Amino acid sequence: MISRTHVLVCGGTGCAASKSTEIMAQFEKHFLAKGIEKEAKVVKTGCFGLCEKGPIVVIYPEGATYANVKPEDVKEIVEEHLLKGRIVKRLLLGDTEAQDVARSLENVGFFSRQLRIALRNCGVINPEVIDEYIARDGYAALGKVLTKMKPQDVIAEMKKSGLRGRGGGGFPTGMKWEFAAVQKADRKYVCCNADEGDPGAFMDRSVLEGDPHSIIEAMAIAGYAIGANQGYVYVRAEYPIAVQRLRLAMDQARGYGLLGKNIFETGFDFELEIRLGAGAFVCGEETALMTSIEGHRGEPRPRPPFPAVKGLWQKPTILNNVETFANVPVIINKGADWFASIGTEKSKGTKVFAVGGKINNTGLVEIPMGTPLREVIYDIGGGIPNGKAFKAVQTGGPSGGCIPAAHIDVPIEYDTLIALGSMMGSGGMIVMDEDNCMVDIARFFLEFTVDESCGKCPPCRIGTKRMLEILERITQGKGELSDLEKLETLANSIKQSALCGLGQTAPNPVLSTLRYFRDEYLAHVVDKKCPAGVCKAMMTYSIVEDKCKGCGICAKRCPVDAISGVVKLPYRIDQGKCIKCGVCMDSCKFAAITFK
Amino acid sequence: MCKNALTEEKFRELDSYVDTLPEKHGMLISVLHRAQGIFGYLPKEVQLHVARSLNLTAAKVYGVVSFYSYFTEEPRGDHIINVCTGTACFVRGAEGILKELENHLGIKSGQTTPDGRFTIDALRCVGACGLAPVIMVDGKVYGRVKTGEVTGIVKEYAEV
Repeated sequence: MISRTHVLVCGGTGCAASKSTEIMAQFEKHFLAKGIEKEAKVVKTGCFGLCEKGPIVVIYPEGATYANVKPEDVKEIVEEHLLKGRIVKRLLLGDTEAQDVARSLENVGFFSRQLRIALRNCGVINPEVIDEYIARDGYAALGKVLTKMKPQDVIAEMKKSGLRGRGGGGFPTGMKWEFAAVQKADRKYVCCNADEGDPGAFMDRSVLEGDPHSIIEAMAIAGYAIGANQGYVYVRAEYPIAVQRLRLAMDQARGYGLLGKNIFETGFDFELEIRLGAGAFVCGEETALMTSIEGHRGEPRPRPPFPAVKGLWQKPTILNNVETFANVPVIINKGADWFASIGTEKSKGTKVFAVGGKINNTGLVEIPMGTPLREVIYDIGGGIPNGKAFKAVQTGGPSGGCIPAAHIDVPIEYDTLIALGSMMGSGGMIVMDEDNCMVDIARFFLEFTVDESCGKCPPCRIGTKRMLEILERITQGKGELSDLEKLETLANSIKQSALCGLGQTAPNPVLSTLRYFRDEYLAHVVDKKCPAGVCKAMMTYSIVEDKCKGCGICAKRCPVDAISGVVKLPYRIDQGKCIKCGVCMDSCKFAAITFK
Repeated sequence: MCKNALTEEKFRELDSYVDTLPEKHGMLISVLHRAQGIFGYLPKEVQLHVARSLNLTAAKVYGVVSFYSYFTEEPRGDHIINVCTGTACFVRGAEGILKELENHLGIKSGQTTPDGRFTIDALRCVGACGLAPVIMVDGKVYGRVKTGEVTGIVKEYAEV
């Protein structure tokens, strides 16, 4: 039974929060009411990426994309669009003023500059139906590998493709597989890092929610290549929808003989298990993740030996992140040469970024490596809201740094970002405008690392804590000029001596803001001012004499009697007594109180 | 507070889960996840029980429980309010939301109201950055929250 019309509704976490589940139910209800339930079909898909405009509903064959759909809009869409063939113009997603034509996703500015490889099925198929994945060439790569390729051919293909790890470091995937493949051992393991801890990045969650089979297929391919029969997906407990869809996908794959014993009747066995994380950022580090799968405290161990030699249960193990795996089936199907033709000389393929913060189109974007940052911010992201000025973009999360406006034309690839003192990381991209204080941002990240430091090695446990104390002092207006030097010295010694990636990169947000926004640090420590108006301790409430009518309400409301004056004349605030609670500002009817 | 009672029935439920495991070795974290699902929290009695059933030391179990922020040794409120303090939410004002919530309920993040109704937790990124700032009450996500809306959201749950 083939339906005439397909209604695709996003079922990702973001859109589910904006009632997409109710929207799907409404569609089904109205299909029944109008007697078109046999012609029209609702498809629950994964994330389209444009979370800002969610929930998104796409209707094929027209390709009309509706944005910000509410449950009460469904009746109109069914009656107008599906029954009468008239597009509901007021709900169409448009990025220009001429919103009158139905465009397919590819023609909307947000999508037209993207190239979707890792996200190829997200927002296209129903992730809970294995047949839809198979219809999009799913499991064809696994079939090809098992029936036509030797393990060393698979590794050669991966090396030729130039794919590098998408989780942070950017290590060449083919080489990692080769290291594990040449080891002699009775058991080997394939692990998938789905412990997406970088706050602000959510591409791994979207792939698991929108295309879980691609991860299962890729892990089986990796297992065949290195000689492993067991895999583990280590996924955050905070992602319940992702875990549930992955479980379902594994059951379906087993039912089809694509996972388990004797896959494709080639004699190759591959089993997969899910392990839930329990809220520890350090478990994104490879050795800590393996320690955690073993059921221990997730503390990293020194390398060497590298996991490819001695990893999980002391056996050769490879660990790749979700996005890296999502690329693998496509590389096998379309060939390494095709993949290597995308991107730049040293960074091949595409990268998914979670663009968030002070930007109009927040969401997930997948772009070819080498795309200039400006294009991501302005052409895809739609620029900065409220007419504010672009200040910087933070990439790489707590391990990365800030790229200032002066470098906005940088092509995005692994090495250019490192040269700027930041890094690709897992792909979080947080945009900041003139209202964000860079010292406060550095403090925010340090607070995060101090909180998440596992405590095993002193440079990270004690060093980051001391750095945070200095930054707190600075944001409270108690900093001294010598503090900047102390921060740099501490940062460099922590980078050199910490045990794992978490500690070694923890000082990066501080070093990069010191490098590009030193004037802001100086304003804090020398002038005791916060130029962005964020650090409260350095700001004062004051009464503008021209605007004050002398009503005295603020003086009555002030809990510490810091305001005094004579009725009908301008009042004054005693800064020595003021506790900066802001009650006066809230109570003033004439907007006569400022805070800066 | 009967919902937090450590009934024999709950221990039996946990035991039957442990019995289904083909291999107990390395399963401590999975068992703790299940135990917290059953009991709602992991008090000393539950930790000791887990230690005995997996043949581990109590110190080992406590070490793991205290390491991971997902595990809690205190009973939680009827409704759990998670405030996302990830980067995207932070730059869009999550700290103000958290403060407003703390003032309104009169507790700090990580604490439970004396009547056992609400627990506030700060959480690192729920992955709904497009909707920042985000709070999550009992798993339901509220996006683009403004400080003025906090009281209203809490009220939705006050009677339930």
